[in-house]
Amino acid sequence: MSADVAAPLLANVLAALDPSLLLPLQNGLGAAGDLVFGVLLWFLEQWYWLMDWVYYFTGLEMVNPRYRFMHRAILVGLCIGVMAPLIGTFLVHRQLALIGDALAHTGFAGVAVGLFLNAVLDLGVSPYLTAVVVAMIAALFIELISEVTDAYNDVSMAIVLSTGFALGTTLISLNAGGLAVGVNQFLFGNLSTVSPQSAAILLVLFAVIVGTVAVTRNQLLYVTFDETAAAVSGISVNWYNRVMVMLTAMVVVGAMQIMGVILVAAMLVVPVAGATQVSRSFSESLLVSVVLAELAVLLGIGVAYYGGVTAGGVIVLVAVGIYVCAVAVGKLQSVRGEQTTPDMGSIEADGTTRTGDD
Amino acid sequence: MSADDTGPATADATAGEPVVELADVTFGYTATPVVENVSLTVDPGEYVAIVGPNGSGKSTLMQLLLGLLEPDAGRAHLFGERADRFDDGERIGYVAQRANAAKEMPITVREVVKMGRFAHVGLDRLRDDDGSVVEDLRDDPLDTVRDIANAVSGRLSASDWAAVDDALETVGMNAFADRRITELSGGQRQRAFIARALASEADLLVLDEPTVGVDAESVDAFYDLLAALNAEGITVLLIEHDLGAVVEHADRVVCLNREVYFDGPTDEFVESDALARAFGTEARFLAEVDG
Repeated sequence: MSADVAAPLLANVLAALDPSLLLPLQNGLGAAGDLVFGVLLWFLEQWYWLMDWVYYFTGLEMVNPRYRFMHRAILVGLCIGVMAPLIGTFLVHRQLALIGDALAHTGFAGVAVGLFLNAVLDLGVSPYLTAVVVAMIAALFIELISEVTDAYNDVSMAIVLSTGFALGTTLISLNAGGLAVGVNQFLFGNLSTVSPQSAAILLVLFAVIVGTVAVTRNQLLYVTFDETAAAVSGISVNWYNRVMVMLTAMVVVGAMQIMGVILVAAMLVVPVAGATQVSRSFSESLLVSVVLAELAVLLGIGVAYYGGVTAGGVIVLVAVGIYVCAVAVGKLQSVRGEQTTPDMGSIEADGTTRTGDD
Repeated sequence: MSADDTGPATADATAGEPVVELADVTFGYTATPVVENVSLTVDPGEYVAIVGPNGSGKSTLMQLLLGLLEPDAGRAHLFGERADRFDDGERIGYVAQRANAAKEMPITVREVVKMGRFAHVGLDRLRDDDGSVVEDLRDDPLDTVRDIANAVSGRLSASDWAAVDDALETVGMNAFADRRITELSGGQRQRAFIARALASEADLLVLDEPTVGVDAESVDAFYDLLAALNAEGITVLLIEHDLGAVVEHADRVVCLNREVYFDGPTDEFVESDALARAFGTEARFLAEVDG
């Protein structure tokens, strides 16, 4: 029996016999959670220390030690600048650029679920946690709808997007007075609302996403480039598709904090589209897209802070500006490339090669 | 024999067995079968072409024999194992029709060919063929850590990169190894995909109408390469609409239109009436019409 089946079964049996038997298990999980959270808070303290030094060296007001929320916003922004293009590169080249939008809307539903539960049951759960859970379930539904009904991916995305937004608005309308005020920050993002708890959740998401991509990048690349050949080579295409959409859900929810539901998908797509214009290889495009995203995030946060405007919108506008520049550079590269096309080697019947025009 | 029958478990145990074995295979996407009672055996080293009119079930048959579809009836085996459970992916090289994948994807020829090695990397590299832990891991702790890290991260070894370089050399694509695949012509692109199959050290090369959209000069070079690879012992299974190319290059022809109309040597196929029966009475070889 596999561990993931055995554990819940054991818990159910214990609970049926005597609920008090579950307490050590719950205590153990709680202690592990506290330990992880403690480590993340320690990391945040080190980050504050680093930002303090940046302030002393540069004198930049937005990293003033009094503004810890800005330190956290910059950390979250930098993490998004790595996670989003890392996943977006695979999505864009699978022509799934809009899946981020669909999952952002279900993330919104997840936030509404969290706020609703907190308002009604006083659970005190972070809306970002409920958003992660709802978005990941929705991500699996997108894959499931495509697999079961043979529908195009954009059909399943549209269904999940609409359902997510409908669920979110319904839950908000059920308790409008208490929820409407809090929802704006999730719709449009806000630099000042990145709490230590939210930053810690994002760091966990960051570790999971980067670690998973590092281990599965070969399979994800093969499935992205040639799904049939990947299947023939023994790769479980459906399984890796599910991994990809679940990672996307994590990125979307993580980025929602400062980007907002409405603009979060842009970070998955725009830096990747820019990198595609100027990169010659896949590994180069991954690197370039991360650099472009970080540039957009840092410039965007800076402009938002000093200009007193919403960070999400500025970050996207900066990213689009960078994309336009990348298109221009890409066209220049193409013109230069056409002038330096090399000769092609051709094949002899015995499998050896000779040089010359093809 | 039922669809649940399973062949021998290991590749070693299948030595000398057919590379592909279909027995009374029937499959349909709806109630109407696309492929019906098809039996086909391909032995190691053969060069077999599957021909048939549009909609005759050629590509479906290819997916059945590769294990991408499960037969409604009959059985499909690859190297002696049930095709849909076959997990020795590096033994198969697959080249699709107009293998163009994502249109604007920035990926070099070398990165495409590198994919042929992906089936060789991973945790399986830590085990010998008999399933035991490889010798190096037992001896040197530092090697152990390094090898486990490489296996988990899917990092390619020096021998993997050598296989990639050899494959590029064989298809004459060295000069283009670092160019974007989207900058290549159709013929050049197909060479890159052949190189990917070679890099995986495949025993079986399956090609689904690989020369569609490829210029005539490149088509000739492409078939020369296939002939050379077949001469080296690689089994070639070609699905092709170009009957002239089939007659010129393949040793054996399977003519399909839902069921098998002909299965035999190419010269016998030319003399037979299978083409007319499978394609309709108006179908003729161009050479015959010209003559």
